[in-house]
Amino acid sequence: MTYFHSVTLDKDRCRGCTNCIKRCPTEAIRVREGKARIINERCIDCGECIRVCPYHAKLAVTDSLEIMKNFRYKIALPAPSLYGQFKDLSINQILSALLDIGFDEVFEVAYAAEIVSKFTREALQKGNLKRPVISSACPAVVRLIQIRFPSLIDHLLNICSPMDTAAIIAKKQAVKKTGLKEEEIGVFFISPCAAKVTSIRNPVGLEKSKIDGAFSMKEIYGKILEKAKTTVVRDLRKATMIGVGWANSGGEAFGTFTENSIYVDGIHNVIDVLEEIELGKLSDLDFFEGLACIGGCIGGPLTVENPFVAKNRIRKLAESLPKREQPPVDEDLVSFEEVKWIKKIEKSEVMKLDKDISKALEMMKEIDRTHKTLPGLDCGSCGSPSCRALAEDIVKGCATENDCIFILKDKIKALAEELNDLAGKKPPVIK
Amino acid sequence: MALYSKEFEVKARDFDSAGEVSSNLRAILKQLSLAPDIVRRSCIVCYEAEMNIIIHSYGGTIKIEIFEDRIRIIAEDTGPGIEDIELAMKEGYSTAPEEIREMGFGAGMGLPNIKANSDFMDIKSSKDGTVVVAEILF
Repeated sequence: MTYFHSVTLDKDRCRGCTNCIKRCPTEAIRVREGKARIINERCIDCGECIRVCPYHAKLAVTDSLEIMKNFRYKIALPAPSLYGQFKDLSINQILSALLDIGFDEVFEVAYAAEIVSKFTREALQKGNLKRPVISSACPAVVRLIQIRFPSLIDHLLNICSPMDTAAIIAKKQAVKKTGLKEEEIGVFFISPCAAKVTSIRNPVGLEKSKIDGAFSMKEIYGKILEKAKTTVVRDLRKATMIGVGWANSGGEAFGTFTENSIYVDGIHNVIDVLEEIELGKLSDLDFFEGLACIGGCIGGPLTVENPFVAKNRIRKLAESLPKREQPPVDEDLVSFEEVKWIKKIEKSEVMKLDKDISKALEMMKEIDRTHKTLPGLDCGSCGSPSCRALAEDIVKGCATENDCIFILKDKIKALAEELNDLAGKKPPVIK
Repeated sequence: MALYSKEFEVKARDFDSAGEVSSNLRAILKQLSLAPDIVRRSCIVCYEAEMNIIIHSYGGTIKIEIFEDRIRIIAEDTGPGIEDIELAMKEGYSTAPEEIREMGFGAGMGLPNIKANSDFMDIKSSKDGTVVVAEILF
């Protein structure tokens, strides 16, 4: 089975330009036959290509609202970043509007985030995780680590993200409340990004996600705006400052209450810092929060509002709420055991040339040799992101030397010169 | 004989390029199916050797050699050499000048880190330069 991921290409819109191939942090895109092609196994769903594509040819596949019909009881799980999308709506207005759209219940992911923050603090205090502990909340970063930094897998915080935690609690509570079977209850995440959609289908650390579908924040935005005009505002908000703060980069790190924590946003910045962590240069750090999108989840490719505007809104909202350190214990929430990862995170070997090391090294030599013959401009006109990547593609047999327009041009020139030479030659019988 | 080798030039005091050889090595190693820990240790050894050339020498090279069962990293430079190797191997002992320490480098962990992360290490130094050889076994 091919690896499912959310980012896909709209072939009709793609013009085969090279913007996306050059931004992709895992070199997962090639342009072939005039269209971008995503190498599924390499894609980490960071959304860089969605942001950078001038023709909007990259899409994040989400579920259609139609699938709600398949369930008797429907619960919306709004990501904290949803609260930053609306200019004049309070959290309660947004949540009430969601109910009016057709959900029977809303369960705030921001509320679950507070619980995850609490578990994180406890895990950090126990001290049996490798330092720095690396946040596992951004699925694009987790996948990046699997592909590019496998030695840091042991540093990942081994508990569910707020999204999965919210789903576990929401389903459990709904079964109790309604008496329905688990499969009759639909839990739907309102997502700011593609990576979350992928992580529902291919969960990390879990056998199966409790989430039944993911809706794009963009798609539901207009519906919320519409319903908010007439909704009867109910007091539904349970999340407080720490949980809502998770929408912005630094929110999770803040919730750990550790002084020695850093947060980094933007996938390329995250890569730089992960390199330093792998070199052991940040061993005095307790916690590292890395998020693929600039600004954090409010910068997700499925959000509507400008991330800097949304960031300020989240900050203001969070500051207006109480800072509660302990989520209420009177409710039947969730135990640490229920949210602990049960599946080992495996390294991904999608970059591997061959499983036999001598053969891989032979190929590497060939790549080095081929690389030297290329112009070194990294122009991308061949459809590969750099000359080095083209050399790799040639050695792997998925490109040829003539794909380089400069080599092609030189060959044509040599050929033309030879033609010219030949044309000037006179047969011996002509004077 | 090595199945694969590659040489990188390292310039003295070129802090802008600090870490480039080690980044290159990481890119090479992730294309082989090696244990993550081997990759991590090799990158640390390479990084520290690279920094030593940048900080202490007049310039040199780092040669990566990959064998069926090991990676060998050879850092060779021309420069003043290491006066007292035993002392230089002590954690925290540094001869880096003040201005380099102010940049956050030269904490005296370079050689000890190479030692701690390799399975074999050898240093030869004279007043003309230094050769550090470190190996990481698969």
